[in-house]
Amino acid sequence: MGYKTVVEDNIDILVAGAGLGGTGAAFEARYWGQDKKIVIAEKANIDRSGAVAQGLYAINCYMGTRFGENNPEDHVRYARIDLMGMVREDLLFDMARHVDSAVHQFEEWGLPLMRDPKTGAYQREGRWQIMIHGESYKPIVAEAAKKSADKVYNRICVTHLLMDESKENRVAGAIGFNVRTGDCHVFKSKAVIVGAGGASNIYKPRSVGEGAGRVWYAPWSSGSAYGLLIGAGAKMTQMENRIVLARFKDGYGPVGAYFLHLKTYTQNAYGEEYESKWFPELQKMVGKEYLDPEASHRTHRPIPTCLRNHALINEVNAGRGPIHMVTMEAFQDPHLEEIGWHNFLGMTVGQAVLWAATDVDPKNENPELTTSEPYVMGSHATGCGAWCSGPEDVSPDEYFWGYNRMTTVEGLFGAGDAVGGTPHAFSSGSFTEGRLAAKAACKYIDDGKAEGIKVSDKQINDRKKEIYKPMEHYKIYRNEITAGTVNPNYINPRQGLDRLQKLMDEYCGGVTVNYMTNDKLLNIGLKKMKILEEDLEKIAAENVHELLRAWELKHRHMTAEAVFQHTLFRKETRWPGYYYRGDAMKVDDENWHVLTVSRRDPKTGEYTMEKAPCYHLVGDDE
Amino acid sequence: MPTFVYMTRCDGCGHCVDICPSDIMHIDKVTRRAYNIEPNMCWECYSCVKACPMNAIDVRGYADFAPLGHSVRVKRDEEKGVIAWRIKFRNGKKDMDLLAPITTKPWGKFIPKLSEVQGPTQEQRDSQLLFNEPKYIRMDDGGLHTLESNGLKMKAGVYY
Repeated sequence: MGYKTVVEDNIDILVAGAGLGGTGAAFEARYWGQDKKIVIAEKANIDRSGAVAQGLYAINCYMGTRFGENNPEDHVRYARIDLMGMVREDLLFDMARHVDSAVHQFEEWGLPLMRDPKTGAYQREGRWQIMIHGESYKPIVAEAAKKSADKVYNRICVTHLLMDESKENRVAGAIGFNVRTGDCHVFKSKAVIVGAGGASNIYKPRSVGEGAGRVWYAPWSSGSAYGLLIGAGAKMTQMENRIVLARFKDGYGPVGAYFLHLKTYTQNAYGEEYESKWFPELQKMVGKEYLDPEASHRTHRPIPTCLRNHALINEVNAGRGPIHMVTMEAFQDPHLEEIGWHNFLGMTVGQAVLWAATDVDPKNENPELTTSEPYVMGSHATGCGAWCSGPEDVSPDEYFWGYNRMTTVEGLFGAGDAVGGTPHAFSSGSFTEGRLAAKAACKYIDDGKAEGIKVSDKQINDRKKEIYKPMEHYKIYRNEITAGTVNPNYINPRQGLDRLQKLMDEYCGGVTVNYMTNDKLLNIGLKKMKILEEDLEKIAAENVHELLRAWELKHRHMTAEAVFQHTLFRKETRWPGYYYRGDAMKVDDENWHVLTVSRRDPKTGEYTMEKAPCYHLVGDDE
Repeated sequence: MPTFVYMTRCDGCGHCVDICPSDIMHIDKVTRRAYNIEPNMCWECYSCVKACPMNAIDVRGYADFAPLGHSVRVKRDEEKGVIAWRIKFRNGKKDMDLLAPITTKPWGKFIPKLSEVQGPTQEQRDSQLLFNEPKYIRMDDGGLHTLESNGLKMKAGVYY
């Protein structure tokens, strides 16, 4: 192919993917490892990469302990009820007790955080959310990461982790290619922190054509967090816990500030409140422990996000759609109107474009809401990700194996979407997880755990062959046909993505089947996934850009397979409104009050599934 | 909404190519100007629009649900630390100017270089504290929250 191989050797800490988790990791690693070599490999440009590339108008995870607002355990209780009990409370507690220090540092660095003029505390949007002018959130944290790192490699698509050949199940670095030059990049490293992203675009989107880019989570979030970790044989958890978002229709503009700060509310097409009437029946499905509107009314306990989705979905199916967000009251106040628009410009510009294009002025009409296609990620109201160790002073034995945020592969750490069981981390929590992982990774190295790592040329050469195979394949078969994209010997990345999306949609609870699946559908789907995997060996890339798309698709496929396996394993409907198991339509706490843990054998591709105990924080007051 | 590039304004400098998170702003080999090679992988994040020194990049709403005739333009100024937006509706009835700060400090000046600060002690290494902590993590002078300090236990099973 004529591409160079660039080897970066003797790295101590490699950060693979520098969104909020990765930038936190790189920044903090320098403090605990002032003598260490810290390198970042980022698929795009670190100044505008990851889910926060276009900015944020809120920081959704801030305790305000300093202002006497919340304690870490309050946040744990909030996240666990929102996720119907299925969280890693040790990791949540640990993140929550540190997150404020990250947020206060952001302010010191120049991020404009709004203040409440009366109290002097940060301007609250809701109990956990604070309001910011965050257009430059990402460039600011990127600056911090750049100051700490020895080297930042932009435009590197990391395809695989490298494994140590002297000791089983130990990481040794990563390999990938530059999406512009095509050169192969080898990173030999003692520890790796995966800060890559969750997955958009694995389910068929509601939009067609161009609009397929207007996904809720960024289109460049290719599930690489999971593709890399699963590929290395790390155990994963809660991969069935995909998320469906109730958002403004088509633009998927955020609703948090609207509900919490602007005090807008929803109603059906006929102007009626609809949520509460679905709750009695839903309560029979999930039990009073999870849905108790009265208790929620009295206390700060939220109605779980998935259950509110359930009400919306059912109301629409009953023929009383669309659901509207009632903005016409709040938007009469010019100050609130301005906030409503700023909210979009700061994080989802496309929603502003859409309202301008369709002449929707929320002052004069109530915009439509809808539920999105499912997404697989681990830092919003969902907790997919790797099975990681917690901190030693909090975690019970089953959750602890030496180093905070280390996966079940030695020396391989996670942050943000990569870590499972830690929903509601959002931007600040992901950054905090990166910091925690970095400190632990430094300790791992200082403890001598990374001595004697060996990576043979053979391993590198084998991976290299694999990386460029789609381009070789294209070269071999392209001239068999006259022109066009229809070829009996290959599919291109877009064609492969279309197949994956259709398959996930129809067999694994996507939007066209109203989020419904069952054991039969899942088994058929899994068979089709295996055949798709065979076809992905015949994927063709015309150029380096398509090679990027080919590898993103492979990571998405790996993620999707894990979603299938986990969804099949958990025989209950734990999160109505996210997905339904038609053959087990109830929450089943007797059998399934557990976390699901999987491992894909990297040699055979076989999955093994197990249950892990769910530990809860129990306080004096309970 | 997918970006496009005005022929008469683009000088092919490549700032958009450099910044695009989705790797879809490329330089056309014939015209030597930038264009969006894959509109259905565009998140309308406006990173390229903000980065363009010629104001040559704009956005036209996704063809599958956004009618023509609208405009959302932006000017981001790092020196002044502000971003200015203008939103124009298709029917011409709404035309808004919105201004927001993007930073409160000169770029990067207040971010510490951690290779140059006093390094951690062994005691700090053995603790659960991160850089700069326990500053900001609680109201009193106490240390980090622990299960013990907060009167908590971890217990397996169904307990709330």
